[in-house]
Amino acid sequence: MFELSTTRNNPLIDPALHAWGWEIPIYLFLGGLVAGMMIISGYFIFSGRQKNPDCACNFLPFFSIFFLTIGMLSLFFDLENKINVWRLYTTFQLTSPMSYGAWILILVYPALVLNIFIRPPQLLINKIPKLKIISDKLYERSYLIKWIGVLNMIWGFLLGAYTGVLLSTMSARPLWNSSLLWMLFIVSGLSSAAAFVHMIARDRYERELLAKADNGFLTTEIFVIALLLIGLLTSSQSGINAAKLLLTGPFASTFWVLVVGIGILIPLPLQLLAVNHKVKHTPIPPLMVIMGGLILRFVIVYAGQYSNWLNIHF
Amino acid sequence: MELSRRKFLKLTGFTIGAAAAAGAMNPLVKGAKRIDTKFNKVEKGIRKVPTYCSMCFWKCSAIAYVRDGQLWKIEGNPEDPLSNGRLCPRGTGGVGAHYDPDRLRAPLIRKKQRGEEKWVEVTWEEALSFVADKMKKIKSDYGPESIGLFSHGIGGGFIKHLLKAYGTNNIAAPSFDQCLGPRDVGFELTFGDVVGGPERTDIENSRCLVLIGTHLGENMHNTQVQEFAKAIENGATIIVVDPRLSTAASKAKYYLPIKPGTDIALLLTWINILISENLYDKEYIDRYAFGFEQLKAEVSQYTPEWAYPITGIEPELIKATAREMGKNKPNTLVHPGRHSVWYGDDTQRARALAILNALLGSWGRKGGLTNQDVFYIPPYPYPPYPKPQKENADNPNKKYPFGGEEGYTTGLREATITGKPYPIKGWFVYGTNLIYSLPNTEETVKAIQNLDLLVVIDVIPSEIAGWADVVLPEAIYLERYDELFAPYYKQPFVSLRQPVVGPPADQKPGWWIAKKLGEKLGLHEYFKWKDIEEYLDTRLKMAGLSLAELKKKGVVKGQKIPLYIEEGFKPEFNTPTGKIELYSTQLAKLGYDPIPKFTKHPEPPAGYFRLLFGRAPMHSFSRTQTNPTLNNVMSENEVWINSDIAKRLGIKSGDYVKLKNIDGVVSNKIKVKATERIRTDSIFLVHGFGHNSKMLKHAYLKGASDSQLITNYKIDPLMGGTAMNVNFVTIETEV
Amino acid sequence: MSRYGMVIDTKKCVGCTDCVIACETENNVPYGFSRSWVNQIAIGKFPDTKVEILSERCNHCSNPPCVHVCPTGASYVNELGIVLVDHDKCIGCKACVEACPYGARYIHPDGYADKCTFCNHRVEKGEDPACVAVCPTHSMYFGDLDDPNSEVSKLLNSREHHTILPEIGTEPKIFYLK
Repeated sequence: MFELSTTRNNPLIDPALHAWGWEIPIYLFLGGLVAGMMIISGYFIFSGRQKNPDCACNFLPFFSIFFLTIGMLSLFFDLENKINVWRLYTTFQLTSPMSYGAWILILVYPALVLNIFIRPPQLLINKIPKLKIISDKLYERSYLIKWIGVLNMIWGFLLGAYTGVLLSTMSARPLWNSSLLWMLFIVSGLSSAAAFVHMIARDRYERELLAKADNGFLTTEIFVIALLLIGLLTSSQSGINAAKLLLTGPFASTFWVLVVGIGILIPLPLQLLAVNHKVKHTPIPPLMVIMGGLILRFVIVYAGQYSNWLNIHF
Repeated sequence: MELSRRKFLKLTGFTIGAAAAAGAMNPLVKGAKRIDTKFNKVEKGIRKVPTYCSMCFWKCSAIAYVRDGQLWKIEGNPEDPLSNGRLCPRGTGGVGAHYDPDRLRAPLIRKKQRGEEKWVEVTWEEALSFVADKMKKIKSDYGPESIGLFSHGIGGGFIKHLLKAYGTNNIAAPSFDQCLGPRDVGFELTFGDVVGGPERTDIENSRCLVLIGTHLGENMHNTQVQEFAKAIENGATIIVVDPRLSTAASKAKYYLPIKPGTDIALLLTWINILISENLYDKEYIDRYAFGFEQLKAEVSQYTPEWAYPITGIEPELIKATAREMGKNKPNTLVHPGRHSVWYGDDTQRARALAILNALLGSWGRKGGLTNQDVFYIPPYPYPPYPKPQKENADNPNKKYPFGGEEGYTTGLREATITGKPYPIKGWFVYGTNLIYSLPNTEETVKAIQNLDLLVVIDVIPSEIAGWADVVLPEAIYLERYDELFAPYYKQPFVSLRQPVVGPPADQKPGWWIAKKLGEKLGLHEYFKWKDIEEYLDTRLKMAGLSLAELKKKGVVKGQKIPLYIEEGFKPEFNTPTGKIELYSTQLAKLGYDPIPKFTKHPEPPAGYFRLLFGRAPMHSFSRTQTNPTLNNVMSENEVWINSDIAKRLGIKSGDYVKLKNIDGVVSNKIKVKATERIRTDSIFLVHGFGHNSKMLKHAYLKGASDSQLITNYKIDPLMGGTAMNVNFVTIETEV
Repeated sequence: MSRYGMVIDTKKCVGCTDCVIACETENNVPYGFSRSWVNQIAIGKFPDTKVEILSERCNHCSNPPCVHVCPTGASYVNELGIVLVDHDKCIGCKACVEACPYGARYIHPDGYADKCTFCNHRVEKGEDPACVAVCPTHSMYFGDLDDPNSEVSKLLNSREHHTILPEIGTEPKIFYLK
């Protein structure tokens, strides 16, 4: 028998930590989604597919900017002292993932803009004729375009990894404190992005490719989740308790049904059948994947806050 | 004079601004209009004001800090022999009493039925005239004795003075028959003197400290807890007897988880072991005690083996603890306790405690019960009080032969219900929430129905205030002067309470209320002093001190006295034999057991648990639950239930349950603390929670009230104490 | 640079929460929040239950995760080794709240992360923190851990002690004497 009583009753801290609400999972999800889209877009550019006007890489940056801005707004909403937000950009804190994040987010925008410069839509060119000149100059130097692709992939990778690292450096939260978390978030970001691009892709080849890729990402995600949980289950008591939060504890139903079931296991065979032309492509499996990715962030953020070293919830 | 338009605008703007500010400062309540201007000046910087505390009744001297005109914090006065510069949590949290949002703000007169809590705010003039008129009528219809006063705390002194001047003798305090009466009577019968409060216990120097149900640390009488920690540091052996593993028990070398109601069996067995194993202080007993042979003969029957099935304490443990006490004598202290109204034979239990101390030679010894003295301040030269024409209504014919100076609250209540020996038609209630402090609320309410006048003087709208005809809001201790404090203690001293800040609304100090009411009653000669400062200065001057000095220092110490026999203390025992009466001649004379006997008490029926209650260190009675500073640390109480029982009932810590007593009374819902710190036959909760006065917004229905469940009580035949640990409750898991 | 820390004698502490209340008044801690608190842990079967009472607050870790995660440098360690928050730099991102394994930080109603300061304003004047100064059982001690002659160092040298969650590697500077 182990009893603990406390006189503490701080809002957002007790009885269990819940300082981060919906804003942070939304932010992490959108960050991951954009990261995945940047990697996909960057890969298409690197592969020279931007020449095809229908290539996703030509319109993805717009979605990315949109989602990223929503994500940043969401993060902004979470700040308790909003008027001080500029402080993020007057310093760089070597040990703070959030400081890296702030700067990565700032640097992601130019990468996305560069992506847009490759083939700006007519609507924009009409408004800003100069864009055409930039675009033409880029086409004269195709190695620059390749570099823009690489840049997008690198920034996408950093962005995706950062969303995981932000949490995993917190040794106070056993569930997050796994070096696999950034991998999970990148893979999940990629699968969500692939699902998203799959839905909106105009090019049939890309659609097929992304559906296949998504199946790969989802399969990898299953393995990463399994490894993460095994890692926790074979670590300290607090790690075991953290894993149990997802496996059997208060978050188990959400985790199993929404994240693993609807988010991965059901869309996976459905997409497999679609890829093999057994069934028609529908937006349902990709929507499931995207929702699964979103709920994953919620589960990880909420359960992670719930997990602690004191092993006590009262 | 001509004004430029610009200047005109500026001026009018200023005037309008000032008027608006004044309007904003005038709150809706009538009572808030007049604020003591003395403290309302804009003040910058830090001001330190010495005063003494009133958060409990220990009355430590403190230094209050005012920062920029606002009360900031309170610290102990280093010169004070009680606090030694460190207050207890309640004293430190006294700040919250000033800022308490639920405080009474203006005088109230009842608008509807008693108990409905419907009020009209009135001026002091209206309120006091109303009270004075009623008092005059009662005096002419029934005589002055038909008004009774229930009072707790030093602040009640002036009201007591007023009512004595008015002509009544019916003045009672719950501190006697609901608290430490049995202890004081038991010790006085034995040693011819009381333990006193603050107690003469020398815990600090004790080599072996025995606590019977006394939960030092939760029971936060400052000096005692400070000394308790020193005893721990000094490596004293601590023996704790308690059905609950209290904080003190967690520090003990020996913890005896006794079955409730069997303490006397254990004490008698210890006495027997001390005598039969020759562990007692023979020289001391030979010199100072009377009736040793009778005691020896009487207790020889009480063996550890006899006590085991009764108390549930292993014989070996009983023997080991007795030997530990004997080994450390005379520096062993069997703590007399404070709240001692438990099972109805409490005076006899206190006698057993006193006898045990006597055998260990602890009265007048280091680490035992020391000598004490007082810093004498002569009383104010008032004319003598009118002599009451009738005997006291609370204890007619001396039904309880060993009553003290303080009257019986329950006796006064009884007289109010029955109208015998004569009708009681008016109550003054000062600083005691009778709904919580007296057992069996129904009887209290019944008594209230017979009253023509119920006046409650308090700082918060307590439950009893809800039943009043007139509620008079008192300024809290940090906002008023009070009577001087000069108790009997190991170190004589006198301390002053003086205002630190002004009251936030129209609250008034007790002395002011008494004086104004006295003048309305035509009792001018009893209130000749212009104001309290003149009163205090007059008294202090008679003792060679001055108010100015006290205002600066807060506390002035008297001469050191010899504390122990070894230091030259010559104990005198004011008993009929002039000795420590192990065998009580006074009890024998009246036909009571001259040596305590063990009597068996009823045990809870199946499915029921004994209701035990006690204290939490950060709250005082039912007075502090709305204090934001203290409420922040503990806002509701929990019911301690043995974890095996909880498991069986299918409940866990944090669940809410209700308690239902044997008479069918159901409590508010209360949080469960399933714990390995209590016996399976008892449950425990902290007293003072579960308020149902709606005006106490921050405490309303938070936790449960033990008082509500205490419908049964057993009266101590010797001194009339109301034993309250005799209630059984069951746990209702459906809430 | 000194390394101020606290030593608390759990044998003497009765868990009265005076430290908590003194902290509230000294620092104007808003209602509904606590910078310090008292935990009671009970282990074992009645009547052989063992109880430990811990007066807790920010541990002012030598390796403070809250300072590491702060993106603006609002959380910092001062020259006395005290972990502090610069309210003007804090954006209220709550990363430090998440990073603290002790739950010592909360968000002040004014929007910044707040916590125990070891009463830095008192320590600078050579006084003990309010909690230490008020403790009626004298079970709290405060001083420079780097000074071998300080009371805290002497206590740590002579008595068995532990910190809370040493396994996380935060190196807390509040020590509990057994």
